[in-house]
Amino acid sequence: MKINLKVWRQKNSNTEGKLVEYHLDNVSEDMSFLEMFDVLNDSLTRKGEDPVTFDHDCREGICGTCSMYINGRPHGPQTGATTCQLHMRSFNDGDTIVVEPWRARAFPVIKDLMVDRSAFDRIIQSGGYVSVNTGSARDANEILIPRTIADEAMDAAACIGCGACVAACKNASAMLFVSAKVSQLAILPQGQAEHKERAERMVAQMDAEGFGACSFTGACSVECPKSISLDHIARMNREYLGAKLTSDNA
Amino acid sequence: MKLESKIPEGPLAEKWARQKFSLKLVNPANKRKYDIIVVGTGLAGASAAASLAELGYNVKAFCFQDSPRRAHSIAAQGGINAAKNYQNDGDSVFRLFYDTIKGGDYRAREGNVYRLAEVSVNIIDQCVAQGVPFAREYGGLLANRSFGGSQVSRTFYARGQTGQQLLLGAYSALSRQVSTGKVKLYPRTEMLDLVVEGGKARGIITRNLVTGKIESHSGHAVLLCTGGYGNVFYLSTNAMGSNATAAWRAHKKGAVFGNPCFTQIHPTCIPVSGHYQSKLTLMSESLRNDGRVWAPKSKEDAQKIQKGQLRANDLSEDARDYFLERRYPSFGNLVPRDVASRNAKYVCDEGRGVSKTGLAVYLDFADAIKRDGKKTIEAKYGNLFEMYEKITGENPYETPMMIYPAVHYTMGGLWVDYNLMTSIPGLYALGEANFSDHGANRLGASALMQGLADGYFVIPYTVGDYLANIGPADKIPVDAPAFKEAEKKVHEQIDRLLAIKGERPVDDLHKELGHIMWEYCGMARTAEGLQIAREKIKALKKEFWSNVKVLGDSQEMNQALEQASRVADFIELGALMVEDALNRNESCGGHFREEYQTPDGEALRDDANYAYVAAWEYQGDDQPELLNKEMLEFENVKLTQRSYK
Repeated sequence: MKINLKVWRQKNSNTEGKLVEYHLDNVSEDMSFLEMFDVLNDSLTRKGEDPVTFDHDCREGICGTCSMYINGRPHGPQTGATTCQLHMRSFNDGDTIVVEPWRARAFPVIKDLMVDRSAFDRIIQSGGYVSVNTGSARDANEILIPRTIADEAMDAAACIGCGACVAACKNASAMLFVSAKVSQLAILPQGQAEHKERAERMVAQMDAEGFGACSFTGACSVECPKSISLDHIARMNREYLGAKLTSDNA
Repeated sequence: MKLESKIPEGPLAEKWARQKFSLKLVNPANKRKYDIIVVGTGLAGASAAASLAELGYNVKAFCFQDSPRRAHSIAAQGGINAAKNYQNDGDSVFRLFYDTIKGGDYRAREGNVYRLAEVSVNIIDQCVAQGVPFAREYGGLLANRSFGGSQVSRTFYARGQTGQQLLLGAYSALSRQVSTGKVKLYPRTEMLDLVVEGGKARGIITRNLVTGKIESHSGHAVLLCTGGYGNVFYLSTNAMGSNATAAWRAHKKGAVFGNPCFTQIHPTCIPVSGHYQSKLTLMSESLRNDGRVWAPKSKEDAQKIQKGQLRANDLSEDARDYFLERRYPSFGNLVPRDVASRNAKYVCDEGRGVSKTGLAVYLDFADAIKRDGKKTIEAKYGNLFEMYEKITGENPYETPMMIYPAVHYTMGGLWVDYNLMTSIPGLYALGEANFSDHGANRLGASALMQGLADGYFVIPYTVGDYLANIGPADKIPVDAPAFKEAEKKVHEQIDRLLAIKGERPVDDLHKELGHIMWEYCGMARTAEGLQIAREKIKALKKEFWSNVKVLGDSQEMNQALEQASRVADFIELGALMVEDALNRNESCGGHFREEYQTPDGEALRDDANYAYVAAWEYQGDDQPELLNKEMLEFENVKLTQRSYK
């Protein structure tokens, strides 16, 4: 296959970026999208041109590192998949593909296609946990969790923290990410003791990081590589409202 | 060097309890006077950093990823073992211990392995308390399954994403400590050297991967939780960034390296599709619980399949060879990983492989779907089937999966004593980074168990003993000569890499190393082949240092530079793996020397001469390393030929 690429190149966070065109002639349809970038970088390096910087690690769709905005969609045209799981058979010979980084104020560009997503870590640090020290747990089977609840918690916990939800949202809202964690811990008995403070703190941190407001268009869930459901946003809104109405912390 | 395992005296079942009592404690008020450096934030690193911070120590946690949540533990699929015996099927701490020792082909320490089995039960309790959504039965109790090579159901799992859920649990505990201020996080930061002074580990030198800044960090103890070195082979199931640099540079500062040749080749991976291949994807071994492994009986059929003239489903039952079931009637498709991998290789070597390359065998679910229904199979393996289809474009509900072995895990690693301390006082190694618990072959669902055992339940006790003995004053500042000297060396190496300005991109050289290792130091090894590898690696090292091409500069984000510095270390580690494989004139577990096999092709151990840990000591650049032996003593198990027939 022949592929024309328009790739966002930006030296660092202090300089302006632009789209640069590249042409690849020998693309196999069995290649992954990132392997195509490896081939591009190999040829750029041999020519003495700076290779394209992009985030990637496990290349099997679970670490959440890869983050390319492909033809106007986070992680590209395939649904329920990350960039690293996208293969060139999803494209046609002669296609032009535009590749950009995640765009959001809370995710500043580091270089080329790589952005800084540490805001997500700070949101989890603000309350995305159950406060239990090592060694103080009781026997695992003393906590009964009906299978349906466990499954629902697992659905929420499947979030890989890639940021596609933010990139997909016209407001760059992080509601799907935040709600997935709030929801997972809100429906499990282990998360009950702290459920009010958790929702309050995580929402406050999300706002402080500069993510936009949620207008419930659902784009985040559609583009989420793990298909995290919008139900979690609804649950988080209930949690947050309930907390605000009854808590002393506000 | 005299290696002391420091296994406590007494009966096996009492050793850990006795040790815990004999270890010194740090007064609660004094814990805040100690700084601990943790490198790596996977299961071992995140659990250690969180647990130590909870105790009151000051922790600095480093990872090269952009977030601690992305460490490669996240990719573990199948599950985590624990001797809970919730299923009432005959499991016990002793049985888990026994299975692990036997599965490791009797090349691990009894004391360590027993402790691992003992604390396994606490791990499950801890993870559930954190909110890890393990699979449940309808009554709300935890579900279990049996897993590769085990005859009891002791594996806990969270769909096919157990590693992810356990890591997110540990990450949440770590995040909580970050919010209390007891842990300071350093993401996108790579350790490039260990600082040793006065015979003790004093800290590390790091590079900020975004700004390129070289920094020194001082601490009372350093914990390396940096994972394994499977990427020596270039193609492996490891993440692209997984590397051995921290461990290798510690090795060059005096930490001896245990059993480097013990690598695990996992039988169920998606086969290579082309030369551009960047990594291999594992399909959880749990698939072997229901999938049947086979290849065509005849070479002719296989060739037709390779050419695309025949499809798997066209072959009748009597034209198929379910080779694992045939050779191992009692364990069948559930034989340990090394055995399953080697048999797939033999079948392909005979010319009976499938796929375009001839390097694949089938894993067939047709019978399971017929027996249990598509729904049941989907519930068990749905996400794995989807993943397979995304990568290959084929639907495994309709046509058998194709699998081939790939490098997955490294049992070897930094040598540690019972307290997880390396041969450098104050330097510890946890999880896959150490060599200790899996012997020559790791059983499925045991890696997660070991990473969390080390981090949650072993290191919090053992590191305190060291700290209490040295006292809070025994620490050096970052402007001490030892730090400045190490920083200078790190700068020099980076400048040297950038100055070469050769012809070949880093990946190209890394791939060449991978080919050498896979060909000569992979699933089957011979003295002759290993000697060839030795020479080839020597030549490659020369080529690397004269012809690698790294563009850009050191004061910016530079992924090629990061990679070059890692590949330089992989080349040296690869050379040591070859020496170790050459030295070990026996076959055991994942180390299969073709010269040493039973008449029916099984690994033939030599317990009289090789029941030891080969612990290699660095002697300087391009000098042969010194072999130290830690003899393994078995008092509770009888060494037998592993048989899965």
